[in-house]
Amino acid sequence: MIVERKPLTLWERLYLPAIIGGFKVTVRHFFKRKVTMQYPEEKWVVPEGYRGAPYLVKDQAGRTKCVSCQLCEFVCPPKAIQITPPGPQPNPETGNVEKAPKEFEINMLRCIYCGYCQEVCPEEAIFLMRDYALIGSHRDELIFNQEKLLALGGTHQDTIQKWQHK
Amino acid sequence: MSVVTNHSTTAVPVVKTLSVSVNGRWLAVPQTTAHPLTGQPVATTMIQACEIAGVTVPHYCYHAKLAVAGNCRMCLVEFGTPALGPDRKPILNPDGTPQIRKSPRPAIACATPVSPGMEIYTNTPAVEAMRRGVLEFLLLNHPLDCPICDQAGECKLQEYSVEYGQAASRSVDEKVHKPKQVDLGPRIVLDDERCILCSRCIRFTRDLAGDDALGIVQRGSHSTLTHYPGRPFDHNYTLNTVDICPVGALTSKDFRFQMRVWFLQETKSVCTSCATGCNLLIGSRENKIYRYVPRQNDRVNSCWMCDSGRLNYKWIGRSDRLTQCQVRDAQGQMQLRTWPEAIQEAAGRLKQAAPGSIAFIASARQTNEELFLIRHLARKLGAMADSAPRTGEGDAWLVNADKNPNRLGAAIMFGLDRSALPVTSDTAPAAVGSADMLVGPGVQLARSGQECPRSIMGAAAERIGAKLPKIAEGIGRGEIRTLVVLGEDATKHLGAALLGRLENLIISDILPNATTPRAHVLLPGCAHAEKRGSFTNAQGRVQKFLKAVEPPGQARPESEFLVELVRAVTGEQFPQTVEGLFNRMAKETVAFQGITWAGLGDLGQGIAVEVLKT
Repeated sequence: MIVERKPLTLWERLYLPAIIGGFKVTVRHFFKRKVTMQYPEEKWVVPEGYRGAPYLVKDQAGRTKCVSCQLCEFVCPPKAIQITPPGPQPNPETGNVEKAPKEFEINMLRCIYCGYCQEVCPEEAIFLMRDYALIGSHRDELIFNQEKLLALGGTHQDTIQKWQHK
Repeated sequence: MSVVTNHSTTAVPVVKTLSVSVNGRWLAVPQTTAHPLTGQPVATTMIQACEIAGVTVPHYCYHAKLAVAGNCRMCLVEFGTPALGPDRKPILNPDGTPQIRKSPRPAIACATPVSPGMEIYTNTPAVEAMRRGVLEFLLLNHPLDCPICDQAGECKLQEYSVEYGQAASRSVDEKVHKPKQVDLGPRIVLDDERCILCSRCIRFTRDLAGDDALGIVQRGSHSTLTHYPGRPFDHNYTLNTVDICPVGALTSKDFRFQMRVWFLQETKSVCTSCATGCNLLIGSRENKIYRYVPRQNDRVNSCWMCDSGRLNYKWIGRSDRLTQCQVRDAQGQMQLRTWPEAIQEAAGRLKQAAPGSIAFIASARQTNEELFLIRHLARKLGAMADSAPRTGEGDAWLVNADKNPNRLGAAIMFGLDRSALPVTSDTAPAAVGSADMLVGPGVQLARSGQECPRSIMGAAAERIGAKLPKIAEGIGRGEIRTLVVLGEDATKHLGAALLGRLENLIISDILPNATTPRAHVLLPGCAHAEKRGSFTNAQGRVQKFLKAVEPPGQARPESEFLVELVRAVTGEQFPQTVEGLFNRMAKETVAFQGITWAGLGDLGQGIAVEVLKT
């Protein structure tokens, strides 16, 4: 396809009117409310429903809600989640919890915040929360383990408590 | 020795068929099929007719290898039969076709025999409504704990719920609670809430395993599967109940909470725990083996395998595996070497050895191809070569007393292959009886696949290892000064003192043993799950197995480095692929003639087995 290049009009060829038009926009903004944030010092307050980094949550009794079904690991597009299942030995510390992950790692360098893990989770154990900028001085720092994910995720006020009556 | 022939089996009985229609398509089905337990002819059922027609009828309690119970009601179908007039003749429609009288009520396809002219309907609205109803009943008290259930992903309750069930429960009552995490035996965990009372496990353990250990107690919704009080469910075939359990009621303790099944890569393989060679699938993920499950091969293991064989995989991932090529230097220290260096070292030692001063001991756990290369090398060097017998306890079903997976292959390579004998027949079925078995083209041959009694296998087990005393004697006299050992602990067969007299001890093994520290050249080998190859099982069936996981460190398949060793010693180039090597072996070994790697397929191929009376 050949696009014909139209010759510039006289007004356009004058050049200065366009420059003046641009400056007008700039000058107008001098007198408006500032929208730019001084980011690292000043933090953005994320709106409700924002989908940031995925964290694990505990139930009211402090138990990990995750049962290590590994559906999030399966569905995760960038393969950021790695779960170590508990194996056959029951954990005496967890009482009537039949199954919980031995280790749960999310590689935040890989995570793309797509939210599939939250969507697929049958136990409502993982949620995309408000953190949008995770910073570390070393790659290993951004592989979050179960302990860290649970600490960041907090407690989920769920009316169904799976292990309560088992 | 005299040859026994049996011509009665050559007469193939004419199979009577009858014509039935499945969803409007007419087909001929055999009037009778063999009963799964007794082998007696019994009337073909509608579910079998549907299977022949390629129409899936959902079912839980029906299993092709078990007695019919007919209790799950999932296979309900509608059907019609030709209407008969007062003269017992079919009433014909105006167009001459027989008038079909549709049965007023459905029937379970698994237990209803087919009759001539029967029409079976599996996809009518009524059938679909029945399936939905049956599933609703089955799920009435189901705990729906799929996220923590090991069966999830291969659960018939999940699959049929998606296909035929409904999304929401209509029940408002609380579910009946039953025992969970019941310790049924050393290898089985039972969750009674998930059980749908199909009784497959009960029928398996009663009819096939011969241990009537399981049963259902209580009534109605409280019916509970349990084992006989005071007697654990612990025979050697218990884990088969986990396979046939259509839901997650019976789960394996070994596999419990280890990995979700949808992550597992399934590789077709063969069990190496005994000479039966049960077909199996290796479930692996990210280079780790999680489980073995039996793969159906009606010639060998049907759908079953023993627990001891199934759980014998953990050694493959052991941390003390041999992973480095090592060569002993002049100071007697083991030095790490690359593969080309180690092969050169081994070849140099073999070439310098005087003719007749070399012996080979190659395990009957090595593949046919590897043993073929060893035999070739031994012949070129004028050396003695043999395997070592390995016997243990057998039983009357799948466990063979011979614990070498490739005992027959070793026997073919190192002694019993009587290549000079002429081939006279290759299709006559062999007679079985109180007979000893030899392999190779003899007077009487059989395209095997037929059952051979296990007593035969025991008698033939002595055949390998006959040359081991001669090798020991040769070392003792100082005649044999170079020994090549593949996959065996030579101290067990020759004694540690004799090994000290050797000038060259070249060893390839997978795990360290008493012999490996004495090696002059040590080459790390592969487990069967880490390579491809073939074994010849006790009934003379050549079965191939494929690679599931990567070998650790420098370890390489033996067939690969043996090809290099043969080239370094003799200058001959054998095919570098397993396919090529197998085909070359089949060409050069009379017992394997006519067999190709591609022809083995998934279920293997029988070789000519000569059955001779002792």
